[in-house]
Amino acid sequence: MPQANVVMTVRKISATTSIIDIEGEVSAFAEDVLMEAYTEASTPTTRNIILNFSRLEYMNSSGIGLLVTLLIRVNRQKQRLLAYGLSDHYRRIFELTRLNEAIGIYDTEADVLTVA
Amino acid sequence: MTTSSTPSNEEEAAQPRDEAFWAKQASTFRVTRVPTGALNLNVEGRQALSPLQGFGQMWQKTYRVQLKGVTVQPAEVIKVWKENFPKFWPKGNRFYGPLTGIAPGEVALLNLTMAGGMTLSTGVLVLYADDESFTLMTPQGHMFAGWITFSAYEGDGCTVAQSQVLIRANDPMYEIGFRLGGYKKEDKFWEQTLTSLAAYFGVEAEVQIQRILVDPKLQWSQAKNIWHNSAIRTTFYKMTIPVRWVGRLFRATPETKH
Repeated sequence: MPQANVVMTVRKISATTSIIDIEGEVSAFAEDVLMEAYTEASTPTTRNIILNFSRLEYMNSSGIGLLVTLLIRVNRQKQRLLAYGLSDHYRRIFELTRLNEAIGIYDTEADVLTVA
Repeated sequence: MTTSSTPSNEEEAAQPRDEAFWAKQASTFRVTRVPTGALNLNVEGRQALSPLQGFGQMWQKTYRVQLKGVTVQPAEVIKVWKENFPKFWPKGNRFYGPLTGIAPGEVALLNLTMAGGMTLSTGVLVLYADDESFTLMTPQGHMFAGWITFSAYEGDGCTVAQSQVLIRANDPMYEIGFRLGGYKKEDKFWEQTLTSLAAYFGVEAEVQIQRILVDPKLQWSQAKNIWHNSAIRTTFYKMTIPVRWVGRLFRATPETKH
């Protein structure tokens, strides 16, 4: 199976908030990378998981499916999933797939941190 | 001074690589053409649904078949699959695809046979399509809320063809139906489809199934989805055919007498 062409790094902003910076392609092959990043980002005190899409290069429908399964995991831990840095194209994808109804979307890191 | 209408190199570089592969329309179904023989019900104006808008438990089910012994690239498998999509379906179930084929944004009508011989009229939207995969999204009233992705990839020394669903049953009636045997029927449906696809390439192979219960919780806030239930609406439509026929007789214009 092809290798994942994505790098995800975790920044713990506070005891309650972590950011996952996504660089590259989000497709089915990114599953292990995404779930490992979430495991690192999630602590017993974490309440907000923020996805930074500003360096996203490519996402297909399997990638959107990954975000849904991530959302379920996040909600199960009574955490919120938020996102920022989406281009107009990917914002439209979030609307088309109705992910925007479950994942809070913000323009910048500063914007999302005001609600986190 | 001449003005170029072609995008500059910078503009082209700014466009995401996947832009052309996604549906462009809003998430409401529009039927532009009704193929001969298709029952067009429960599709026009319906909203598209992700698994988040369904009622039942969320399942991810993956059906895979290995195309061993033949040399065929993943892109060729998907090309064949798109061109022959209805032909690989089990008998009794009809997929009325658009003339343009399976392409992003297109809507197809489905006429399906349910348990007890009941038929269900619904549709799907092509949410995404590239050379190695395509994804269908369901409307309000469909048995499922969610997506099904058909793909092919190189793995285990051969090309693997796969169907993967990420779905919830749309409403309580469908959820009960699935728990009473509907899920097994659905497994059989995709097993038969993948077996037919493999047979096209001259391969006899067993379909592997992986089932993951992503979310065991029911979303009671979505129980109201039953209002759009396509099985109920199709049944009602068929039961009222005689009433509509009589109604048409009374509305017929009388001939003019000279």
